[in-house]
Amino acid sequence: MYETLASFAQTWGLGLFVLMFSVAVAYALWPGNRETFREAAHQPLTEKAPSDD
Amino acid sequence: MSAHTTANQRTGWGFSVGTVSLLVGAVSLAVLLIAANATDPMMAAHAWIFFFLTVSGLLITGFWAGSLQKRDPFDPAFYEDTIVKFGVAAAMFWGIAGFLVGLIIALQLTFPNLLYFPDFGWTNFGRLRPLHTSAVIFAFGGNVLIATSFYVVQRTCRTRLAGGLWPWFVFWGYNLFIVIAGTGYLLGVTQSKEYAEPEWYADLWLTIVWVVYLLVFLGTLWKRKEPHIYVANWFYLSFIVTIAMLHIVNNLAIPVSLTGSKSYQLFAGVQDALTQWWYGHNAVGFFLTTGFLAIMYYFIPKRVNRPVYSYRLSIVHFWSLIFIYIWAGPHHLHYTALPQWAQTLGMVFSVMLWMPSWGGMINGVMTLSGAWDKLRTDPVVRMMIVALAFYGMSTFEGPLMSVRAVNSLSHYTEWGIAHVHSGSMGWVGFISFGALYCLVPWLWKRPALYSKSLVEWHFWLATLGILFYIVAMYVAGIMEGFMWRAYNEFGFLEYSFIETVKAKHIMYMVRAGGGLLYLTGALLMAYNLIRTAMGHGEARSTATDETSTPNPALQPAE
Repeated sequence: MYETLASFAQTWGLGLFVLMFSVAVAYALWPGNRETFREAAHQPLTEKAPSDD
Repeated sequence: MSAHTTANQRTGWGFSVGTVSLLVGAVSLAVLLIAANATDPMMAAHAWIFFFLTVSGLLITGFWAGSLQKRDPFDPAFYEDTIVKFGVAAAMFWGIAGFLVGLIIALQLTFPNLLYFPDFGWTNFGRLRPLHTSAVIFAFGGNVLIATSFYVVQRTCRTRLAGGLWPWFVFWGYNLFIVIAGTGYLLGVTQSKEYAEPEWYADLWLTIVWVVYLLVFLGTLWKRKEPHIYVANWFYLSFIVTIAMLHIVNNLAIPVSLTGSKSYQLFAGVQDALTQWWYGHNAVGFFLTTGFLAIMYYFIPKRVNRPVYSYRLSIVHFWSLIFIYIWAGPHHLHYTALPQWAQTLGMVFSVMLWMPSWGGMINGVMTLSGAWDKLRTDPVVRMMIVALAFYGMSTFEGPLMSVRAVNSLSHYTEWGIAHVHSGSMGWVGFISFGALYCLVPWLWKRPALYSKSLVEWHFWLATLGILFYIVAMYVAGIMEGFMWRAYNEFGFLEYSFIETVKAKHIMYMVRAGGGLLYLTGALLMAYNLIRTAMGHGEARSTATDETSTPNPALQPAE
């Protein structure tokens, strides 16, 4: 049990985590997301009521 | 949807009130049974406290619901701000209590004979120390996090908190847990796990409260009117999810009986130790770090009216913290029975943590680009930036101390105490004070704080207090570390243990002085915030109060 879990964690588990992290970094650096992030960064600066649309 | 139409609809508000009352009612019945059959006096005391407080909660809810008339208490056209006000008040109260107990135990270590009362066992250092740590981390920090998360998630999602009365269940339920935990320490109820001392019944209660907290937060995100989930919410969500996981796994235990306070841990030996420090270090990572980074990502941009320096960096910051922090725990168990590879894994991941931590610090500090003058003119901004400086310092020091060779000197010494207090008083404390100074004028609709110069006093008293504290503890820690490992020419230890304790006396006095300064600053803050809420001094509203505008003719020119 321990051997199986440990070998999985050291191979496929590690690979999976590296892949997931790469997806997160790619999302952050993707040029197409630039505008989304610019808007998101400005979002807290304007105070709106929940009823404003 | 306008405020006028929703005010008269008042649809479905009773559902959450009914379900909360059912749950709380069921709990109060269960604890009444436990109180009647309790097998030890501590359990009886706690069951009665539980019973009294849950029944009071039910009665107050009933009176409140009866007094509503036609008003919809959960009108979606407005933000739920009252709960944030309660959270701010609770945080201030618990903060002062926690700092005071910290000062008392610092004095006990300095003058052990003066503050020793053999007839009152509950005043012992061993009872008061967990009271201090839990009061500052979970009572003060936890209420700051609950209050700010409820404030921020509503504003950034542009929608009212989900769940009707359930957010109130989270607030009161969490504070009930604090009361049970705190009184338990004084009574001697403990499962002797650091930062997880409360026994099984308190843990079960916190689990319920925390799952509801998660559902309220997720429900609010679900009905958001903004397309993108602002980064602060990601940090809050990771804090809530991870604390749920850590709390449940680390507190797996079998109670001796359902009517007794004692339980036994499911894990034993080195497995238990690893679980405990997996929990302990990630409590630092996901309670004291990501939760308060969420505060940084909302309150600093909001206060200086500038977007965060790099939104991309904030996403990389978030995911790298998430992926790395969870593995760092084993560095607490260097030179123990834990396998060497696991210790090394903890050490390597701790060193890797340095990068995202400093990325986040730079992101927060650089948000002031083009507004650096605010460091001089706004003591609240200065407080939050100094918080980030302490964050950078302690997240540089942490990886250093996790290196096995450094740890052999630093572990079990006052160096560790210096490290956690630069992190907690400097980072967590200052970013929280900053958030509280922002929140009170916003919530009570005041143009400014009661007194800016009192904030200056708080800033300098607290900064000096931290510096006295940590410098004294660094000196004491490194000194005792070297004294412990000193050998004489015959190969015997040079110093007895009591000699290493006596050598720290002066440093202990300086530390207690630092704690006194820090507490004084917090008292000034509480006074300032109360006067602000009351609308006194510089917080007096110029719009409604005619007497406070001596020259109204100047105003139209604005």
